Order: sequence, then structure tokens, then C-alpha cells
Amino acid sequence: MELTNNPAITEKKTFQPKHLLSSYGIVIALILLCIILSFTADNFLRSENLINVLRQVSINGILAIGMTFVIITAGIDLSVGSIVALTGVLAASFAKDETTLWLAVLIGLMSGLILGFLNGLVVARWGVASFIVTLAMMTVARGLTFVYSDGKPISGLSNAYLTIGKADFLGIPIPVWIFLVTFALCHFILYHTKFGRYVYAVGGNENAASVSGINVSLIKVLVFSISGLLAGLAGIVLSSRVSAGLPQAGTSYELDAIAAVVIGGTSLSGGRGRLWGTLVGVLIIGVVNNGLDLLNVSSYYQQIVKGCIIVAAVLLDSKKSK
Amino acid sequence: MSDQTVYSLEMRNISKTYPGVQVLHNVSLKLRPGTVHVLMGENGAGKSTLMKIIAGIVQPTSGDIVLFGKKVKFNSPRDGLRHGISMIHQELSPIPDMTIAENLFLGREHQYKGTFVIHYKKMNEEAAKLLSGIGLKIDPGTKMRDLTVAETQMVEIAKAISYNSDIIIMDEPTSAITDREVETLFSLINQLKSQNKSIIYISHKMDEIYRIADEISVLRDGHYIGTYAASQITPDQLINKMVDRELKEVFPEKKAKVSQEVVLKVKNLSHSKKFRDISFEVRAGEIVGIAGLMGSGRTEVVESIFGIRPLDSGEIYIRGTKVKIRNAKEAIRHRIALITEDRKQQGLILPLSVKDNMTLLSLKDFQRGKIIIDRKKEQSKAKEYVSSLKIKTAGLQQSVGSLSGGNQQKVVLAKWLMKAPEILIFDEPTRGVDIGAKAEIYKLIADLAEQGVAIILISSELPEVLGMSDRIIVFHEGKISGELQKQEATQEKIMKLATGTNNREVTSVGVNE
Repeated sequence: MELTNNPAITEKKTFQPKHLLSSYGIVIALILLCIILSFTADNFLRSENLINVLRQVSINGILAIGMTFVIITAGIDLSVGSIVALTGVLAASFAKDETTLWLAVLIGLMSGLILGFLNGLVVARWGVASFIVTLAMMTVARGLTFVYSDGKPISGLSNAYLTIGKADFLGIPIPVWIFLVTFALCHFILYHTKFGRYVYAVGGNENAASVSGINVSLIKVLVFSISGLLAGLAGIVLSSRVSAGLPQAGTSYELDAIAAVVIGGTSLSGGRGRLWGTLVGVLIIGVVNNGLDLLNVSSYYQQIVKGCIIVAAVLLDSKKSK
Repeated sequence: MSDQTVYSLEMRNISKTYPGVQVLHNVSLKLRPGTVHVLMGENGAGKSTLMKIIAGIVQPTSGDIVLFGKKVKFNSPRDGLRHGISMIHQELSPIPDMTIAENLFLGREHQYKGTFVIHYKKMNEEAAKLLSGIGLKIDPGTKMRDLTVAETQMVEIAKAISYNSDIIIMDEPTSAITDREVETLFSLINQLKSQNKSIIYISHKMDEIYRIADEISVLRDGHYIGTYAASQITPDQLINKMVDRELKEVFPEKKAKVSQEVVLKVKNLSHSKKFRDISFEVRAGEIVGIAGLMGSGRTEVVESIFGIRPLDSGEIYIRGTKVKIRNAKEAIRHRIALITEDRKQQGLILPLSVKDNMTLLSLKDFQRGKIIIDRKKEQSKAKEYVSSLKIKTAGLQQSVGSLSGGNQQKVVLAKWLMKAPEILIFDEPTRGVDIGAKAEIYKLIADLAEQGVAIILISSELPEVLGMSDRIIVFHEGKISGELQKQEATQEKIMKLATGTNNREVTSVGVNE
């Protein structure tokens, strides 16, 4: 009569160091990285430097959050870097006057949302691969940016607008706040709402999701819209921080965002991934860049190191899934 | 069985552990040349893992593999093939955009001598020979994508045989093919036996097993139970060994009477390529079986009812009201549920957990304030279903892909039952499901009918249709070829209608109209 007690749910959670390493490998990597840097680079642990790291990662962080949504549905968004530039330029052009601050912000966000929505629409409605659609959007948005700005920086922004990127609140830069609030909000959406669950379902098995009555197209449109909206947000923060809407801003930002998501353990084949992993991925990239800066390593080498980290992270992850 | 026998394969004390779970415990197996060795056990007993270890796809945690008296160690399927072991996988994995020939010779393409240039002509000729050997009259240049499931399965069989291996593993090779092809396969197996090759055969179908088995080994929960000569053990004894309990009545007694109320009525459903003029009714508490060969349009019709395959014409009525169902969402709103034929493609989201799969459709019911999912409520509901359906899982967070077939099917069932459907369509609900879980699923279907759910049951297994249904509709080439009441239905009558062989007979058993 063995079988009678079989159906019991045995929620066993035995402590195994091996499991710890595989689930929290990147966190451990981040901590190790920080420990090593605290010994080798004098200034690393100083609070100004740590805050500086956070400020530096905030824009990539905002983009990577949107990218995580897209990648969990097994898509990719290559257009975010160009959308950062376009929304930055658009917002900047309305930000010369104190009184139009909110208009500038609204225009930045809405234009990002609309471009993201268009990405999603083409992907969902006509079934074109997201790689292609967003690649096209990448060049279209970049072109629009140059047309709109005539290739020149848009400067002379109001102080109110500059506050967004430059001011502090409770000793922490506002871009960092924006990043953290966005993270918290998106984490909530992804793990506590129906929509969040459907994002995983669509990425895990589109077919089964559709047979379960999930509106797959809608979910896809929404994730690309979120990615576009967050790119708009990043565009505003960036233009404020550098005091101008730069038409060449954001070049190759999409790749950094993808790198952070991948380092964070989200699978490009969809259905698997965690938003906190993306947060850690963003921090790893930021800490490595900062540490190498402090150690006076040339930025040329930094790129090589970043590449190696991406591969190492993916290897760590593939070991886990075995 | 003297010790002098040189076994073609000996597995000694094989164990396999995955993180957190041991799937094989000291399993031993001896395979003699020129015999068919059937491996039996419920799903999740460890058969497939054991076979993957023999083929080199999975490496054992401990234990030895001895081939013709020599100890070997495989690190990849390539090693297995090189040592003369090939396998027909339960899950088909063709490369759809390559031709039959390219698939057959994948990894060992014919090349012009001394070059790296593929010799397509030779490859196609060889492929044509192999295909005619298994009775398939198809051009080897046909893309795999264009084959039916049965043809794909036959190509896989041809491929496994073409390696000229000493040991061929067949993991449920007949799950997707028709009786005629089964006959071809069995005569091939006899041929292979006469060439002194050994076959390990996994199947749940008793009649098949007794036709071809020389020896039968049983696994249960990862343990080796024993090996028996096929002539000296009865099916009942075998089932006993597998489940360790008496399993006399597989099909439950259905107590409820069919009510008069017609819940679902379809009229003249037609689809240009797949089916024509399909009309039938299902009443509350009734189980309507649909029989027919593969490709007879059974699956397509229910897909249309469920809104995921467009109809060219026809009408659907639910409780007398005409409805239009354009997608799954609308079907669900009409309280229709479809347990699809293909669990992995359409039923489950493999990367997600057991709980997430179960609650996917009913997340709305767990919402607090219309936005937030109440995880505690969700979890306790999932837990409830895990225990009421007796789902064997390490936990609610276990990824559903790691469960056995029967348990995966129960997860799909749980998902739909949470929506409390009024019309429940089962498409091959017990395919790849072990006997124990099968009986549980049958019981569940009968219980649901008793509660007044209208049920459609599509199955290729005639005993299943006969044992469960109140009424049986038979499909033949996209049309309904007949309808049989429970009392008059027999396997022979169904087969005649399904194959369209004997029309005079058909009318005499009372076709509709």
C-alpha cells in the first residue's frame, strides 16, 4: 500500500550549499566583487562612490526593467537606445520654460509609450519577429531624432527640468529614486498581478497560453509598451542629467540593458527569469565599470571584461538548469 | 538462464539522482540477444530515464553498463550509437524543414569520397530503401513538416533501425500510429530478432506486449521489481507488480442518468479541408465518445467548437441558444473546457511551476481589490487540487516539465476544473499516462458526468471509448460515419465505421438517420 501516501505534498526544503550557489550565484558574485574592490580600490566603499555607482546604473537599470518584461515573453527590444535619444530630444525641446515642466515630462513619456506600442502592435498583429521590428524601430527613431533636432543638441533647459537628473532627495540622487520606484512598481506588477503571470505564460508556451484563453497579442503589445514607456523615462532622466537633449544619446544602450537581463539569469528563450536578477545584473555591470575606473583601467579593457562577465553569467545559469 | 549466457546488455545497480530526488535505485537488467524485452511500469517509474542511460543521453550517478561482457561508459548519444545502441524516442523530434532523407541521415550524411560535399543522390536512394522497408510510400525528398504524426513516427522507426544496431530501444513506438503500421512494425521486430538483435520495448498496451514480448521486466517508483517470461505471467499479475495493488475495475461504474437537457448541440459544422456536416448533441451528465482513426477530423472538430480553429459554416448551440465562439477566451466564457491532445504543446507551460499552471485560468478568482493576486488563497487552492487529484509532485513550486505524463495531465485537468466547466472536452486524455493514473482519470470523468457536466471524450483506444461512453460517434475521413449506443457498441463495429470498410453492416447497426 505504498501508493496511498504518495499524493502527499512534501514541500521539502533541505539546505544544500550547491543549491544556494545556483540560485544565488550572481548575488554571491556581486558580493565577492564588492569585497575584492574594497581591498584593491581605496575609494570604493566610500558612500560618495557607492552613490555614484547607483547614479551611473540608474538609466541602464530603468531600461533593463522594461527589457526584462520583453525578454520573459521571448522577445527582444533593440529600439530602447534610440527611443532614449528621441524622447530626450522631444522632452528637452519643451523644457526650456519652467512652466512647461510637466508638459515636457508627459511628452517624453507618451512618445516612448507610443513607439513601444507600435513595436508591440507589429510584433503581435503581424507576427513579425521582435528582433526585426525593433531593429527597424531603432533606426527609425534615431532618424526621427536627427530630423527633429536637426542634428544639434537642444540645450538651455529650465532649472526645474534639470532637477530631475541632478538633484538629491534625502541624500540620494533623484535618478536613483526613479530607478528604485520603477523597480518596486514593476516587481509588483510582475509578481502580484494577473498580467505579470500571463507575461511568463506567453513566454513559456504561447500556444498553451492562447488555448487557455489568454490574449497573447495584448500581452505582447503591453510588454513592448512598458519597455517604450521606460525608455521614455530614461530619456528624460538622461537629458536632464547632461543638461541637453542629445541626438546621439543612448547609442548601444539596448545592449547594456540586454546584458544586465541576461546576467540576471533571464532566459532569452522566454518563460524564465526574475526581476531581482536584473537588478543584480545592472549592479554587477555598474560595479565592474566603477571598480575598473577606480583602478585606472582603460575603458577599452572594461568592454572586454564586460563581455567575459556576460559569458560567465550565462554559463553559471546553464549549469543551474541542468 | 545459466551464467554462461553472454548478454547483449547488462545493467548493474544503476542509480540516478537529480537534485532533490532519486529516480532510480540500484536497478539491474539483463538483455539476451535475439529477444524482445518489454519494460513496464507506471509513468514516473523510471523507465524513460533508464533507457536514456542505456542510450548515453543521461549519465548514471552510479552503476555499470556491460555490453557483450565488456564494461562501457557513455558520455553522449553518439557514444551509445557507436556501441550499437539506437533509440526510438517517445517524444518525436524531427527537424521539420529538412527532408526525410536529411533527417534519416542526420549526423552521418553520405559524402562524395574524399570531400565534404553531401551526396544527396545516394542519400535519397538509401532513404527510399529504408522507407520501402517500413512500408511507407513517400518521396524521401518530402519535408518532415508535411508528414502526418504517424508517418513521422514511422520515419523515426526507420531511422533507429538504419543504424543497424545490436540493441534497439523503442519507447512507446505505437503511441501515434495506426493498426496497419503497428503490424509493419511487429513484422520488422520479428525480422530484427531473427538477426539476433535485441529490442527493449516500452509500452502500456497489454495486447501489444503479449504479442511480442519474450521477457518482461517491471519497474516501480525507481526500483527494479523483477523479470518474468512473458508466457508465465498474466496481465493481472503484471499490473499487480506495477502498482502493487489490485486494479480490477479500471472503468468506474457510472451511476448518474443522462438528463434530458441538451447542453451542447452542433449543426452542420464544416471546414473546407478537415470535416463536413458534423452534427451531434451532448446532454448534461452524458459522456459522448468520439472514435475514429488519426486524421479523421476528430480533433479538428472539437478545436472548432472551442474556437481555436475557424469554421467555414455550421452552428453551435449552448443550452438552446445559438452562440459564436471565435477564440478560446469566448469558449471559456461559455464554460467550455478543452483538454488538448498535445499536453506539451497546448496544455502546459513547461517552464512554469505546478501551481502557476493550475491557476493560470482562474487568477481572477484570487484577486484582492481587482489587482493583487492573493498568493495564500491561490496556494491553498492549488494544494487542494494536488491532493484531491493525487498529483505526485515534490511541491507546488516544482516545474511542471519535470512531472511524469500522468501527473502532468492531472495538472492540466486541475487547471480546467478550477473554472467549473459545463462542457468538458477530452482529446486523448490518457495518452502517455500510466495505468494507475488512467484509472484515476476515468473515475474523475465519471464523477464529473455525475455532477451534470456534458462530456466529449475523444480516444484512439477503443476499450476506453467503450468503457466510458454512453454513446459513441464514429468519424471517418471528416464525416460522421455512424453512431452507436453503449449497449450495441463493440470494438468490431467501431472499427468498421472508422475504416469505412463495410457500409452495409454500418446501416444495419443503426447509423443516425
